[in-house]
Amino acid sequence: MSTIKVSIVSSSEEIYSGEGTMVFATGSLGEIGIAPGHTPLLTGLAPGPVRVQNGDDEKTFFCSGGFIEIQPDLVTFLSDRAERAESMDEAEAIKAQEQAEKNMHDKESELDYTKAAAQLAEAAARIKTIQKLRKNK
Amino acid sequence: MANTKEVRKQIASIKSTQKITSAMEMVAASKIKKTQNEMQLGRPYSEKIKEVISHIANSSSEYSHPFYEHRDTKKACFIVVSSDKGLCGGLNINLFKQVISKSAELNAQGIESNFALIGLKAASFFKSVGGDVVANVQKLGDKPDPDALIGLTKTVLDLHRNGEIDQVYLCGNGFVNTMTQEPKVEQLIPLPAEEKDELTATHWDYIYEPEAQDLLEGLMTRYIESLIYHAVIENSACEQAAKMLAMKNATENAGDLIKELELLYNNVRQAAITQELSEIVGGAAAV
Repeated sequence: MSTIKVSIVSSSEEIYSGEGTMVFATGSLGEIGIAPGHTPLLTGLAPGPVRVQNGDDEKTFFCSGGFIEIQPDLVTFLSDRAERAESMDEAEAIKAQEQAEKNMHDKESELDYTKAAAQLAEAAARIKTIQKLRKNK
Repeated sequence: MANTKEVRKQIASIKSTQKITSAMEMVAASKIKKTQNEMQLGRPYSEKIKEVISHIANSSSEYSHPFYEHRDTKKACFIVVSSDKGLCGGLNINLFKQVISKSAELNAQGIESNFALIGLKAASFFKSVGGDVVANVQKLGDKPDPDALIGLTKTVLDLHRNGEIDQVYLCGNGFVNTMTQEPKVEQLIPLPAEEKDELTATHWDYIYEPEAQDLLEGLMTRYIESLIYHAVIENSACEQAAKMLAMKNATENAGDLIKELELLYNNVRQAAITQELSEIVGGAAAV
């Protein structure tokens, strides 16, 4: 029986590498089944299970979002470790920029940063407590 | 001549410093293993994504990505990966030197530069040197989180997309072995042209689901992210190795210093005894 080379990797580790006779996964446009000799396909990978069949043996892996690349003789799953939203990227970008600006203007940035971080932690703790209180009411 | 008390004090203080440096050496040695392990774990992903990218480069794609485009370069961006902590020898400064010289080289060609910095050391260096800093991430710790780098990557890629920068360089230390680290300045964008392999022999293209542009955009971003993440991990392995070496040297130097001071201490002590003796003898003769 012909097989296809399957590799599933995430940014922090290799999850699976081996042969499979049939692979099922959730693409960004829906469920796909991949058999050996599949036409080259590039698609998004939706979070969900990836099933690799090798004869009677079947293994299931969980993948968070990412990409699937299919060549006739191999299929590669590039999975992200964490789910990410576009808005989150935006916020992170703003944060990095602000940090840069702050460092440029601030003379005692090192000192102030630690101070600011402490204040921030305190504020966060406060918010958490308030939320807890509200829930209890 | 110094007195014995002073010398003893000095010896004691150097000994306590030596204890600290040797402890730091051991801490760094144990961390090297962890960071190297992390480098190993992240490797399959970077290799696979590189493979996919090279397949794409080899396909006769309907859409050519801007990261492959060689534009008229007016501005370049340097992503500089440094450590957060010092005490690691010339690791950071050697890298900065190379970044500055590359930037000066570009400047001579009429290309301006700006910087995206990772790590405290780079931030403080470029603050003192001056330079246009577009993004800054620091305090990543011993176990850098890929998510922490998203913001910086996005800032840089957005600048490229808007045409504000035309070239991107990734600068970080390469891990050769525990004794050797090598500062590297590599071109990220435009991506160097891939070597054509057997896949090019036939004219083929992927089926893209959904759109080629969206998919490639996402994939390329992920690729750049993974390269930067890998550079950060590698740099942190370098940092620990360099720290171990620096602390080892410091411990040895402290040992040498202690030996010298002990010799001095004995000399002083002996001189004091001799003087006392001669005073007694002189006194007895006088009586």
